[in-house]
This record gives sequence, C-alpha cells and structure tokens, in this order.
Amino acid sequence: MSETPLLDELEKGQWPSFVSEIKKSAKKNKKAEGLLGQLELSYKEKKTHWKHGGIVGVRGYGGGVIGRFSDVGEEFPGAAHFHTIRVNQTAGFFYTAEALRKICDIWDRHGSGLTNLHGSTGDLVLLGADTDSLEDIFCELSKEGWDLGGSGGGVRTPSCCVGPARCEFSCYDTLALNQDITMTYQDELHRPSFAYKWKFKFSGCPNDCVAAIARSDFAVIGTWRDDIQIDQDAAAEYVQNGLDIQTDLLAKCPTRCIEWDGSLRINNPDCTKCMHCINVMPKALRPGKDKGACILMGAKAPIVQGALLASVIVPFIRLQPPYDEIKGIIKKIWEFWDENGVARERIGECIQRVGLGNFLEAIGVEISPQVVTQPRDNPYIFYEEYYEEEGGEG
Amino acid sequence: MATLEELKARKTDIGPPPVEKFLHSIIKENYGKWRYHEILKSGVLAHTAESGAVIYTVRAASPRLISTDFIRYICDLAEKYCDGYLRFTSRNNVEFLLANKDNIEPLIGELENNGIPVGGTGRSISNIVHTQGWVHCHSAATDASGLVKVVMDELIDHFKNEDLPAKLRIAVACCLNMCGAVHCSDIAILGLHRTVPKIDNERLPKICEIPSTVASCPNAAIRPTFIDGKKSVKIDEDRCMYCGNCYTVCPAMPIADPLNDGVSIWVGGKVANTRQGPSFTKLAIPFLPNNPPRWPEVTSAIKNIVEVYARNGKKYERMAEWIDRIGWTKFFSLTGIQFTKYHIDDFKHAGLSYRRTTQMRS
Repeated sequence: MSETPLLDELEKGQWPSFVSEIKKSAKKNKKAEGLLGQLELSYKEKKTHWKHGGIVGVRGYGGGVIGRFSDVGEEFPGAAHFHTIRVNQTAGFFYTAEALRKICDIWDRHGSGLTNLHGSTGDLVLLGADTDSLEDIFCELSKEGWDLGGSGGGVRTPSCCVGPARCEFSCYDTLALNQDITMTYQDELHRPSFAYKWKFKFSGCPNDCVAAIARSDFAVIGTWRDDIQIDQDAAAEYVQNGLDIQTDLLAKCPTRCIEWDGSLRINNPDCTKCMHCINVMPKALRPGKDKGACILMGAKAPIVQGALLASVIVPFIRLQPPYDEIKGIIKKIWEFWDENGVARERIGECIQRVGLGNFLEAIGVEISPQVVTQPRDNPYIFYEEYYEEEGGEG
Repeated sequence: MATLEELKARKTDIGPPPVEKFLHSIIKENYGKWRYHEILKSGVLAHTAESGAVIYTVRAASPRLISTDFIRYICDLAEKYCDGYLRFTSRNNVEFLLANKDNIEPLIGELENNGIPVGGTGRSISNIVHTQGWVHCHSAATDASGLVKVVMDELIDHFKNEDLPAKLRIAVACCLNMCGAVHCSDIAILGLHRTVPKIDNERLPKICEIPSTVASCPNAAIRPTFIDGKKSVKIDEDRCMYCGNCYTVCPAMPIADPLNDGVSIWVGGKVANTRQGPSFTKLAIPFLPNNPPRWPEVTSAIKNIVEVYARNGKKYERMAEWIDRIGWTKFFSLTGIQFTKYHIDDFKHAGLSYRRTTQMRS
C-alpha cells in the first residue's frame, strides 16, 4: 500500500476512524487500495479527484447506480471506476446478522468492501464497483431478496423512523406505510421520470426522528387529535424522583396548557402536540387515542432557490391499509407536478411559484387556516371572481 | 459474468424485503404495544411493553464509512448477545437489541475494548450525519468524513455522557447541495466555494446545453455568449454566489479552488416540533480554512461553541432556544465570534431578518 502520512493522522483519537476502515479493506482489495491512495492525494492538494458524474446502470433500471470515475485513474487504477450502488434498506433499518453477512459476501466478491450504513436518504450504500461487475452484483443481491434504491429525477428511496417496532410515541405504523409506499411506487423509484427528485419520509410522532420536515418533499408526521393520556401515579413518581416540574415541564409548554397541583391537568384544546411534556415523562404521558398524521410538503436544501422547511398540506389524516386516501392525494399532486413543474425545480419551489392556495385548490385538498401561521398581510390579491355589469350593450 | 441460473433468478422491482423477518420475537410480539422507555444509562435504553416485556438497546458509534470487516464484527456481537438482531439509527449509530439484561455490560465491554464508544442517547451529542466529501463526491469543497472524525475526537465525552442542556445534533455537508439535513441542525459545518467557476470554453459547447446552464443560476449571473465564434457562457462575477449549481448542470464549469474552498459554521437549527418548532441554522462563522488532515481551526471553533452552550444553556434548551433567550448579540459576545457584514442576509427574503423594532438587549 502507498504511504498515507496525512490520512494516518486520522487514525489517532478515540472516535472510530474511517481511515482505518478503508485500510482494512485496502489490505485485501485493489479497489479500496486505489481509494486510499487517491484520498491521500486529495488531502495533500485540498481538492476532490472525482469526475463529474457518468452514466452507468443495470438492465431495466434508470437509477439506483451512480457512476463515479476518478480523474487520477492511471495513478490509482483501483479507483478508476468506483460506482455507488444504492440498495433499498429495510424499513426502520432493522437487520439480522445473517442477512448483513450475505450482503458482505456479495460485496467482498465483486466490490471494494466499503459501504455506508447508511446514505443520507436511507439506502444501504455499496461504494466502489466496476462497471463490468454491476450486473453480477445486482443478480446476486436480487437472489438474496434485495433491490436497488432510487436516484435522479424520480422517487428516492423512502425511509421511516423506528416507529411502533420499538417506540411508544408512534401515532401510525411508519414501517408498514413506508413498505407499502415503496412497493406501490417501484416504477417511479426505479425509472425516474419526474422534473426532479422526490423524497418520502415517515416519522411516527412530532419528534420527527428521520428529519422529514427538513428534507422531504412529502413528509408524513404522526400526531393525534384528542386528549393526552395521563397516568397520574407515574407523574407523581417523576416528581418524587426529583423532576423540577415547574421549570422543566410546565414553563416549557409552548401554550402553557399544562398545570400541576399534585396531579396533572391539561387544557387539551390549547395543546399543539409538541411532545415536550411527553418526552420529559414518557411513563406518565402518552399521545391521545385518535391518532393519525399530518402531511407536510416541500422541504429541501438550498439548491436552487433557497432552503425550505416542509409546510402543512393536510393537517390530519388517518392512516390504515390500504392507504387509499393518501395515495389518492399523491396521484393528484403528481398530475399537478407533471403539468406545472419545470426541470430541477423541487415541488416546494413549485408550490411557492404557483401559490399554496392555488396548489391546494388544484389537488382538491380542503383549504383551512391550519395551513398557515397567519393570513396574508399584503393586499396584492389576485382576485378570480368579480361582478359583471348587468344588461350591457346588446 | 452472471451464470444462467443467476440470470433466471434476476427479478426487477421486488423492493426491499418485508421487515418482519428482521424483527426480534420480543419486538414482533409487542409491536405497537410499547408502554414507555427509560434511559438506564448513557447509550442504553429499555423499552417496556404493555405486556411487561422489555427490549434493551445499546447504541454504539460508527464512522458510517465502514468495511465489510466492521459489519461482520458487529454481526458477530449481535449473534453473541442479541440473538442476531441489530438496527441502525437515522444518525448512523448501530443499535444492538437485547432480550437479556445481563448481556448489556459484556456487550459494552467488548465494544469499548475494540474502540467503539457507546452513547448518543438523551442530552448528549449523537453521531454526526454527513455527506461524502473528497472520499466520493465531485462537487465537494472539503472532506466530510475527516471533519466528522476530528470534531468527534474533540467532543467524544459529550457522546459518552449526557452532560449537555439538551440533545445536540451536528451535521457536516461538503457543499451547498447538503445531502442530509444540515440546514436544520444545532450546529452545521458547511463546506463552501468562494470563487467563480472557471469556464472551459473548449469543452463547454461540446458537453453542455447552453439554455439549461443559463437557467441553472439562482441569481441570473450566467448569460450566453460567443467565444472565438463558438457558443459558450459568461458569468457576471458580481452576481455569483458560488453555489455550484451551474457545475452540477454543466461539467465544463468546475468551481473547486483549493486555495479558497473552506468551511463555514452555522448554529441554532432544529428538526423536532418540540416547544418552539423546527428552524433553520444561522451563520456563526462565515469562513474557516480547509486545513486537513485535522482542521484545527474548525475543531476549536466547534468546541468553543459547544462549551459556551454547555455552560449557559438551561435544561431542555436546544441551541436555538438558548440563543433565542439570550439574544444573538450575547451569543457573539459569549463565544467571542466576530460579527461581520457577511452575517447579514442579502438574498431573496433578506429583510425578514432585519430588526424591525427598537426592542433589543444592550
């Protein structure tokens, strides 16, 4: 292996080292060895040595594999082709040792041995495949029951929080909806045909552990409509055990709708379902029983027109299989986007351009005060109805 | 090449395997029937079901860029202590799912002996989410994995211990594309370019579409032109914000500049809807140099912000909530960070962040 004095500095310190990981693979794998050499060069020159894109793939798919070619491939032949394979992860990132080992076996036979568990969107990412081995890797993954994730202008691999599998807060079955949506839109996922990327993310409660509100075009975040469930004995136990209920709980309630006089009293109509009190005393407080989710749309990072947080489209929806209502909404939105979207414009930017009111009207969703924090404060209103003079010249 | 048998087995659009077969029997039996959870100690959770059944979770660090050796090692541990079941968090931690409480300490012992710290729960710093950087991206202005490593080396005690006012989420993105939610983190480390793209007039007409290249600029800085009779584009340098979107659309406009690329620091973003709701990060430090392999200017800046927050924040106050309480003026004076012209927004909705009241702290 080549000398890597700069990267060696990143094997020092207590946090697990990615350089040590690359070196482990590089000892037995030429591709990983190439990456190690190229990365040392990047550290020396303070610049990347990856070329811009390159289209590669497997038969029948328009995405899921991202081409990556080195601009110093002659010096580091192992890194010359170093493509990414996005493998659609399991819902909630649950695995068995047996299943992960089989993926490792395939990847050790055909690739660099390096992975990301997981990529930012959620995929199980295999980093560093040759163009010639892509089809073999796909076949073997497929035989073990795995499929590719998304890339490009289409549905990206959906992801969800741990949900009801291991969390008491989850207001709907995030894993089941994630799986259903992933299976329903396999074509849109594998054969991208949209103006730009489309990300689905599913969080079970307003804590939003998959950051759906910050980074998904279509965010489904669990919530409830009735009263928070209270176990008064458990609440008293928290206080006895030293919880400063005034400072740490009551004063932090955004609408001051919770009181304590030896027992908890909540003015539920004022509650905004922010989760703070429930997070502080999970044994005593739980979401209500009338559970569902809020649909928000349009979150994205800065490119192109500036970053956006997702905003409310449907304040509350019940989510039960076969999920016809939510799929009906998705269908109408995509029809609208097909008509109105432009290349490299995310749906959030598109909604801002046409106006949220016009968008909601077009997709047939009820327009309610819950979709804004306040009504408009500017009087430049595009009126669409007006009276006409009766009679007129005939 | 694939064998005939493999080609026959080749099916498209099968989707991910159903999750049921990856769930521990305790999870399957108590799915949707969890009653409450407790943090037994930093890095260890216990979830109790209505039935009284308990599943224990041990949360461990991962560098995310991992070898199959690492995966095989955690699989061995999962088989030894967890009946073979494990999962990952949305911040790339490994979670071991244990039915037997007695296995918790031996598992933690093995992890720590092998250099894998346990923690990241509750009021701590969890793993840093990050992008690819020089490791695997063409538009990177810095390396993400390296920054994560040096920052977490510095902050590891806050991963292992719940000793902060509230949870603290850090994210690294190596350019403005921000693959991941760095724009809503308590602290964001953002790689950026500071000079205009260099146009390759020879290649541009051959490999780029002029109208889409012109349209790619969010600030209308790119115009079509002719150079030596050939179609190309020109850049109005005063309007360029160095976002790199034109380079994404047109490879003949590379923007990387080793002398001027570097890192900016942002604070006070939040994803959860708790209390005051989600918010974007705001600029704390406009530029720090790329100084690999250990970026000392970045680690000391982050360490400073974290320690000032740790000393001054109140319990359950996220970075954003602490700054809201004390005000930005105090944030800059407490951290000793210089406030400059660059901190004042001058893009589309700039006016929204100007102070439009006489109310202010001295």
